[in-house]
Amino acid sequence: MKYQIRLSGSGGQGLILGSILLSEAASKEGKNVLQSQAYGPASRGGSSRADVIIADEEIYYPSAESLELLLCLTQEAADKYITLLKSDGILIFDSSNVKINPIKAETIAIPFTQIAIDKLKTSLVTNIIAIAFIATLTELISLKELKKAIKNNIKEKFIDLDIKAAELGVKLAKDYKNGKVIKT
Amino acid sequence: MSTDRYNMDRNKPILLQGNEAVALGALDAGLGFFGGYPITPSSEIAEILSNEMPKRGRKFIQMEDELASMASIIGASLVGKKAMTATSGPGFSLMQENIGFGMMTEVPCVVVNVQRGGPSTGLPTSPAQGDMMQARWGTHGDHPSITLYPDSVLECYELAIRAFNLAEKYRTPVFLLLDELIGHMREAVKLPPKDELKIINRVNPNVPPEWYKHFKNNPKYISPLASYGQGYRFHVTGLTHDEKGFPTNKQTEIQAKMDKLLKKITDNLDDLIQVEAFHMDDAEVAIFAAGVVARSAKEAVLRSRKKGKKVGLIRPLTIWPFPDKEVERMLESTKATIIAEMNQGQLINEVLRVTKYQKHAKYIELQRYDGSLITPEDILEKINEVL
Repeated sequence: MKYQIRLSGSGGQGLILGSILLSEAASKEGKNVLQSQAYGPASRGGSSRADVIIADEEIYYPSAESLELLLCLTQEAADKYITLLKSDGILIFDSSNVKINPIKAETIAIPFTQIAIDKLKTSLVTNIIAIAFIATLTELISLKELKKAIKNNIKEKFIDLDIKAAELGVKLAKDYKNGKVIKT
Repeated sequence: MSTDRYNMDRNKPILLQGNEAVALGALDAGLGFFGGYPITPSSEIAEILSNEMPKRGRKFIQMEDELASMASIIGASLVGKKAMTATSGPGFSLMQENIGFGMMTEVPCVVVNVQRGGPSTGLPTSPAQGDMMQARWGTHGDHPSITLYPDSVLECYELAIRAFNLAEKYRTPVFLLLDELIGHMREAVKLPPKDELKIINRVNPNVPPEWYKHFKNNPKYISPLASYGQGYRFHVTGLTHDEKGFPTNKQTEIQAKMDKLLKKITDNLDDLIQVEAFHMDDAEVAIFAAGVVARSAKEAVLRSRKKGKKVGLIRPLTIWPFPDKEVERMLESTKATIIAEMNQGQLINEVLRVTKYQKHAKYIELQRYDGSLITPEDILEKINEVL
C-alpha cells in the first residue's frame, strides 16, 4: 500500500500545517509516513504545496509522483497538478475558488472557504476543514489522532476553533459519503 | 503547543523534521552552546534550540551575523563546551574565515549547512547541492575537511551525533551538510534509546599545567585539549604556530603543524568514511548520489530491478574526505556509472579522479540546477541509455 496525497493552493492557506497534522496523525498508526513541501520565499501568496505519503513499504523518493488524492484550493494549483492525479484517484477542490473541467477521476467539489466563513466566521480554518474531510473520506486517519495532532501543534488559543473546524470537515465527508448534496 | 515534545517515548514513532532531528541529535550529543543567525532553510534548528537549550541550562545566543556566530562557537568550545552553529550557503560563505581559524587552532565544533540554491542569496526555499566544494575548500590554505551528508530524518539525528563525536575525537570543525528537502521534510521515526548512544568527548590533558602544550604533537597527531578556566594557560592564534601555540617561522615547525592537520585525518580514513552500497553486489550500472538525490536513485534502482536491470547505488555518507578507496573498488566491475547531482558538476570530478584507471567504463553525468529535485524518472532515462 502506498497512498500519495498532495495539498495545493497558495502561501498562507495553511497547507503545510495541514500536511503536518495529517502526517503526525498517520504516524501513530505504525505506517511509514513522509511529509514534504515546496513553497516560495514569501510567507503569503505564491504557490504552495505539501505532500503526505503513507505506505507500508519504505518511502524513498520524498515527493508525491502520482497522486491517489489531490486537494486544490486555488485555480493555479489545480491547473498545475491535475495531470499528476491517477485516473482512479480523487480530486477534491474548493468550489468557492476553483472551476474544473470534467475528468475521469472522482471529483468532489466542496466550497471549503465559503463553508468556513459561513459556519465559523473565518476563512483561516479552511485547511483544517479540508484535511478532516480527507481523513474521513479516505479512512486513512482516525479523527481521534487528528484531534491529538491539532492539540499538539496548534497555538492554545486556536485549538477550540480548529477542533470545531475538524468536526465540520468530518461531517461534510460523512454527508458526502451518504450522498447528500453539500450546499452553502 | 505541547512543551514536552522531546521527552517522547522512544519506542513509538514520532513525526520529526530533518532540521528538528539535527537539533535533537545535537542536544543528545551534549551540545552546550549554540551561536547562530537564522537563515532559511536552516532556521528551525536555531528556533528549536532557542527553546530547548535554556530549558536544559545550556546557552543559546543569537549572534549579530554569521562571522560572529562562527567566532562564538570557537570561543565556547575553548572553554570546554560542545558547540554548534547552523546556517545555509550565504551564511556558510560568511563563516569561512573563522572556519579556517577553527581548523588552524584545532577547535572541535560542528557547522551545519542546510543548502539552498546559490550563488549569493539564490533560492532560499529550493533544494540544491551547490556547496560540495565549499565544504571542502571554502576557507583558504591547505586543510582537510570532515563533511557528513544524511539522506533521511533518522540519519540527520545519527549524523549530528557523529559530527560531534568526530569533532571531539579529531579536534577539528566538522561540517554537517543537508539538502533543503532533507532539512524540511518530515518522517515518522523511532530514535534510538539515549542509553544506547555512543558519545565521544574530547581528551583532556593529564599533565600538570606547567607541562601542558596546547598543540603537542604525537604519533596520532591529536593533542589533548584543555579548556580555559581549568588552570591551563595556552595561546591560540591563526598564525602558524609551534606546539605551545606561539607564531613560528621555522620550517620544521611549519611543516610539522601542516602535517599534523592533514595526517590526523588521512591516518584515520577507515574511521571517518561511511558509504552505503545499495544493491551493488551484482550491479552492472551504478548510480553515484548523495543526500536527497540518493533517495530518488533508490527508487530508480528498485524500479530497474523489477524490470531485471542490474542497477545499484553508491551513496557516500561522508563526502569529505572523499571515499576514494571504496568508490574505486565498488566501480571495478560496473559497465557504467551515472553521477547524479543537483549542481553543475562537483562530486563527479572526484568520481572521475578515483576511477581514472578504469577505462572500460562509461561515466554519465546527470545534473539539475533548476531548483527542483532530480526525479526517479530523470535517473531511469539515463539508465535506459546504457541498459
